[in-house]
Amino acid sequence: MVKKSRIISFFVIVIALGVLIAQTAMDTAKGINLGLDLQGGFEILYEVQPVDGEGEITEDSLQATVSALNQRVNVLGVSEPNISIEGENRIRVQLAGVEDQQTARELLSTEANLSFRDVEDNELLSGADLEENGAGVGFDQNNQPVVTVTLKDGDAFGEVTEQILEKYEAPNNRLVIWLDYEEGDSFVEESQKPNPKYLSAPVVHTPLYHKNIQIEGNFELQEAEFLAEVLNSGSLPVQLEEVYSNAVGASLGEEAMEKTIFAGYIGIALIFLYMIFYYRFMGIISVITLSVYIYLVLLVFNWMEGVLTLPGIAALILGVGMAVDANIITFERIKEEIRVGKSIMSAFKSGLRRSLSTILDANITTIIAAGVLFYYGTSAVQGFAVMLIVSIIISMITSVYFTRLLLGLWVNSRIFNKKPRVFGVKESEISDL
Amino acid sequence: MIFDSRKKVIPFVKHRKKFYIFTLIATLLGIVLLSTAGLNLGIDFESGTRVEVMAEETLTEEKVMEDFSSAGQGYEPDDVTLAGESNQMAHATFIGTLTQEEIFEIQAYFSEAYGSEPSVSTVSPQVGQELAKNAFISVLIASLGIVIYVSIRFHYLFGISTIIALIHDAFFIIVLFSLVRFEVNVPFIAAVLTIVGYSINDTIVTFDRIRENLRATDKIKNFDDLAYVVDLSLTQTLSRTVNTILTVIFAASAIFVFGGEAIRSFAFALLVGLIAGTYSSLFLAAQIWTDWKWKSMQREKKKPKKQEEELEPEI
Repeated sequence: MVKKSRIISFFVIVIALGVLIAQTAMDTAKGINLGLDLQGGFEILYEVQPVDGEGEITEDSLQATVSALNQRVNVLGVSEPNISIEGENRIRVQLAGVEDQQTARELLSTEANLSFRDVEDNELLSGADLEENGAGVGFDQNNQPVVTVTLKDGDAFGEVTEQILEKYEAPNNRLVIWLDYEEGDSFVEESQKPNPKYLSAPVVHTPLYHKNIQIEGNFELQEAEFLAEVLNSGSLPVQLEEVYSNAVGASLGEEAMEKTIFAGYIGIALIFLYMIFYYRFMGIISVITLSVYIYLVLLVFNWMEGVLTLPGIAALILGVGMAVDANIITFERIKEEIRVGKSIMSAFKSGLRRSLSTILDANITTIIAAGVLFYYGTSAVQGFAVMLIVSIIISMITSVYFTRLLLGLWVNSRIFNKKPRVFGVKESEISDL
Repeated sequence: MIFDSRKKVIPFVKHRKKFYIFTLIATLLGIVLLSTAGLNLGIDFESGTRVEVMAEETLTEEKVMEDFSSAGQGYEPDDVTLAGESNQMAHATFIGTLTQEEIFEIQAYFSEAYGSEPSVSTVSPQVGQELAKNAFISVLIASLGIVIYVSIRFHYLFGISTIIALIHDAFFIIVLFSLVRFEVNVPFIAAVLTIVGYSINDTIVTFDRIRENLRATDKIKNFDDLAYVVDLSLTQTLSRTVNTILTVIFAASAIFVFGGEAIRSFAFALLVGLIAGTYSSLFLAAQIWTDWKWKSMQREKKKPKKQEEELEPEI
């Protein structure tokens, strides 16, 4: 007797899942953060060094640097910057979809240490004397953009200018304004060059008791705005040395993504067709569970706020392969049991039982490998491992338990009793008991 | 594609010496190739120079390449990527560091041709190398973990054979990349890791069947009995092995054919690795295990015989 209720529950489950997936799949897929290699942008790995080569890099100074960099990145208007500490002295900055990479690079790596010095490079005032958020952009008499900064103490600037007037005579009565002065830089040398490293070196005629200082540096408007922003977002407590950088053109990344998705559809369609062709009815079941598997992986990955990169896609493919494999192992076992002459229902039961330990061992071994890769690996290797672990765990749920549930509803409805062909087994292959 | 194990058991073990010799020769050739030709390392692993040029108009990769070849004595960037809203920027990377004069020549040419001076920076290979080293060490530690797990669940001989298959597969991809001169970059490492994953999965599935059939066998008297169990297990799992590999090959070849340029060498590595992985689990891992198992069985036979006699004299 055929139990129709089980077949009806099968269709209810499948239709409910189909509706759920159809409604949310697009949003889920769109919500996944894509790595640089997939959407374009660029990344820089900095090695952090103490300013002036003295002192040590501490956890605190790294944190402070990261938050200062975050503020600067906001200036660029990057939607989802990813700035992370790597190891003991490295900071990785990933900026997706940045168009002007040169500006971004300058913006990030400048220490933004403004200093006022005399012609012999003695420091008179430093960034510490500046008012926070006191920088802005203005225009001079000739309508040239200038950067204005505000000092904490108006007297300080007066004293400094007086000092210069006392100490030096024309033409050395200059106040040299440096951005990121480094040990060894010299005004005398730089002033000979067509593009001196200092910002400007105005001549001091009279002592100036001002809080507001204009810096004229032949800026373009954009440059002036940029400098003001950097000064406002605070100086970096450290020096950043670029050790690696990688740029992916936006169009290249986008193209890679579109093609990869298209290729993914084709690949999955081929797998589905093959499964149905080879395993008949069980193939259809596996198409359902594999679709649910892919949906769940994307969903969980979205929840984890993971960043999908090329290595991540590699792990996803491996995961699909292992999910298909779990199905194939189970189906082959069921077929073997049918061929031995067992009834469909008992072949189904023993096939499930015997295939489970195989699937478990294969998956656990791979999870161990993925776990080690996650623990000891860095960046790309880790991204691969995370995706692999997520994939394997979900594939165990869908390919073992969900397949079992769906197939079980049909088998236990007894509709397939004495119909081995549905499972891809010919009557002639079955041995007589 | 039905492999009915009751009708015919394929003698996988019988021809093992041929497989050993074939694998050994291939490995030696691979070592020779790697030590002479080496790998075509991408910018991720080589120190290099990055030149960023900016033009007024939209650039194409061909145009940038052309301009580099007409700059000074002629240069050929190893990679060009376009950037900017309408592709008016280009990053050209050179493997190997350019000299000051070379940089000057390039800067002079592009300042004139594009109206803005290109920026030149050097990148260090340190990071890519660290990633590769890190991946390598991680795989070694992972192998250790696998041996321990398999030793507990199965037997340590299975574990060691799994690792041999794994190393074989990873090595094979590296050699083939040396042969076809595809660029070795970060996605390549991901591909090798994927293959390592498949290799483990594949080998464990066949070993699981060997273990099961071994339990069901009453007594192994000679080498042929043992070989039969292995042949039977390999034959029984053959349709699973073939089907699984076929489905993954579908996915990998779809990516190879339809995926973008960036992912193509990755898909190639996957394809090659899958074939190597199937070879090693059908013709290598189980055979190595058979030989070792037989040796260890004989050793056990010799040793504990006396003990058995003492302990169980009534038999």
